[in-house]
Amino acid sequence: MTEEFAISVKGLTKVFGDRTVVDHFDMEVPKGAIYGFLGPNGSGKTTTIRMMCGLLTPDGGTGQCLGLDILSEQEAIKENVGYMTQKFSLYEDLTIRENLDFIARMYRVPSRRERVKQALIDLGLSDRANQLAGTLSGGWKQRLALAACMIHDPSLLLLDEPTAGVDPKARRDFWDEIRRLSAKGVTVLVSTHYMDEAVQCDFIAYIAYGKKLIAGPARDIPKMIGLHTWQVTGPDIGDLEMALRSEPDVGQVARFGQVLHVSGTDEKALEAVANRYRAKQSHKWMLKEAELEEAFIYLMAGATDNFLGAAK
Amino acid sequence: MSWPFSFARFLAVLTKEFIQMRRDKVTFVMMIGVPIMQLLIFGYAINSDPRNLPTLVEMADEGPVSRAILASMDTSTYFDFEGVVTSPEEGERALRDGTASFVVVIPDGFERDVVRGLRPQILLAADASDPAAAGGAVAALSGIVDTVLSQTMSGALAYTAPAPPPFGVVVHKFYNPEGKTSVNIVPGLLAVILSLTMVMITAVAIVREREKGTMETLIATPVRPFEVMTGKIMPYVLVGYVQTGVFLVVSRILFGVPFVGSPFAFFVGFNLYIVVNLALGFLISTVAKSQMQAMQVSFFTLLPTILLSGFMFPFAAMPNWAQTIGSVIPATHFLRLIRKVMLKGADLIDIAGDLTAITLIMLVIVGVALKRYRQTLD
Repeated sequence: MTEEFAISVKGLTKVFGDRTVVDHFDMEVPKGAIYGFLGPNGSGKTTTIRMMCGLLTPDGGTGQCLGLDILSEQEAIKENVGYMTQKFSLYEDLTIRENLDFIARMYRVPSRRERVKQALIDLGLSDRANQLAGTLSGGWKQRLALAACMIHDPSLLLLDEPTAGVDPKARRDFWDEIRRLSAKGVTVLVSTHYMDEAVQCDFIAYIAYGKKLIAGPARDIPKMIGLHTWQVTGPDIGDLEMALRSEPDVGQVARFGQVLHVSGTDEKALEAVANRYRAKQSHKWMLKEAELEEAFIYLMAGATDNFLGAAK
Repeated sequence: MSWPFSFARFLAVLTKEFIQMRRDKVTFVMMIGVPIMQLLIFGYAINSDPRNLPTLVEMADEGPVSRAILASMDTSTYFDFEGVVTSPEEGERALRDGTASFVVVIPDGFERDVVRGLRPQILLAADASDPAAAGGAVAALSGIVDTVLSQTMSGALAYTAPAPPPFGVVVHKFYNPEGKTSVNIVPGLLAVILSLTMVMITAVAIVREREKGTMETLIATPVRPFEVMTGKIMPYVLVGYVQTGVFLVVSRILFGVPFVGSPFAFFVGFNLYIVVNLALGFLISTVAKSQMQAMQVSFFTLLPTILLSGFMFPFAAMPNWAQTIGSVIPATHFLRLIRKVMLKGADLIDIAGDLTAITLIMLVIVGVALKRYRQTLD
């Protein structure tokens, strides 16, 4: 099992006070895969990642990371994992070179100077190596942070919302880099809440309120939920949206500009609704294949907020 | 600790800390500037034996005896005669509005009554709202009067002079014969300076890593908490050394404070004191959530350090409960230690008790800090 999976955890649980932030979480990340970890803010993604790389001790559950026990071999895990935090957390008052050099020293990277030099060249920051990290733009900071957590050539990368607050161009570059790394055999676990990034992943797990709702190969997710979607176009789409929202058989209505995606799990009932409206109004109804986007909006709407319950 | 301490990583943290310290110019200047400022202010401005206090005279009689007394009061330098009042009401008003600290009243017929041997009374009305300000002058007065009497009441008036007491008292003031406040205050200042900067800098430096999120990056690497702590704290120990050096030079050159004890005892003492303050800063860092809070809590510990340690006010004069609080403050013991060493010529054996007390306090602080530190990691 350890041959196949970079990460394999079972029943992972973390409790802060009276809140169960992560609740019996299972996950298996195949080696060399790009694994997307999705879920709304505060759903426990960061906590789960921290437990997997040995930063937090789980209150329950077992697991392995790179064949090492996450409960007892945290030190060895740290040596082989690159972890990029959600917020930029290198030293803003150190230069780019000093930051990379410092992190390299933390991992005791052999022939450090060469490695740092190469990292600067790869980054394209050789001529700005003596600039303070705090003066970099958001996109550059992300790239520097990625370079820093790759400096010891880890075989597993844990990226916690690496592209939050970064412009689209920088995000695309970032993902190109991640795919390059993945092609070299590095396993990447990346948390995000951008749907266009989720599409880039080989596998996806969706977590909400500390519980895993679904996990599997990215393209199978909509089928696994059993979602059926109609695409509707036509005039006065806003009024139609309002009307459809009150239909009990319609699971959800998502609007993309002048297009509505109407989804539900009951194929027959949904078709009946479509036929009813089609007869009444001049909108164009078209059955389409459900996509990840709809799948996640659907999951989100269905998830119960167990934190709210705890707060009462 | 399954893996050995990595000196390379410790060195990396140390280097990083020095670079950051160098870039943070304001803090850097503060670390050296604040001690010098404190030394100058406390050393020059504070005087617990005030002289040249404004004094007024209400003279209902005038003659050689009263003139001799006033002249003698003037030369004692405690009293500074600034004028004459003509009525008790005027004197009272001057005391109330603070233009005068003392009003000397020579009663009507004073000279005559002295000659007649009627023991007339001179009134010294003092503004005693500040006991420390009035105390020294009042205490000095009876000595002044005695001297005047024995000098002025000679010849035919000798019968009016008081009989000499049957025995004499000889006072020998050790360690600070001139009674200079700075000799007492300046050595104590080292306790305050080290306490202020060491506690605050350590607390802020550690909390800063947490607040900025860099602590997360750090603990995601294989670096051991012990390597981080020692690497972060070491540079500030060095700052403590520089401050102590500045202190020794300034106290010697500007204030002429003697250093008569064992330098080795001093070395052991201030090192231990630096460590206990770093430990306290470390403890505060486990409580504070932000750099702002770390600063506030550090300042909070400064107040008892100044007020209850015996730095500003005599320790023995405090009520028991205050002494109890005072004796758990590291500065209390370091103050005694450093005054003993610098002023009284103490060596290591003389300060063993103080060292033990500081060590005990340190053990407790370190114990609590480590316990809290483990909790905050999770």
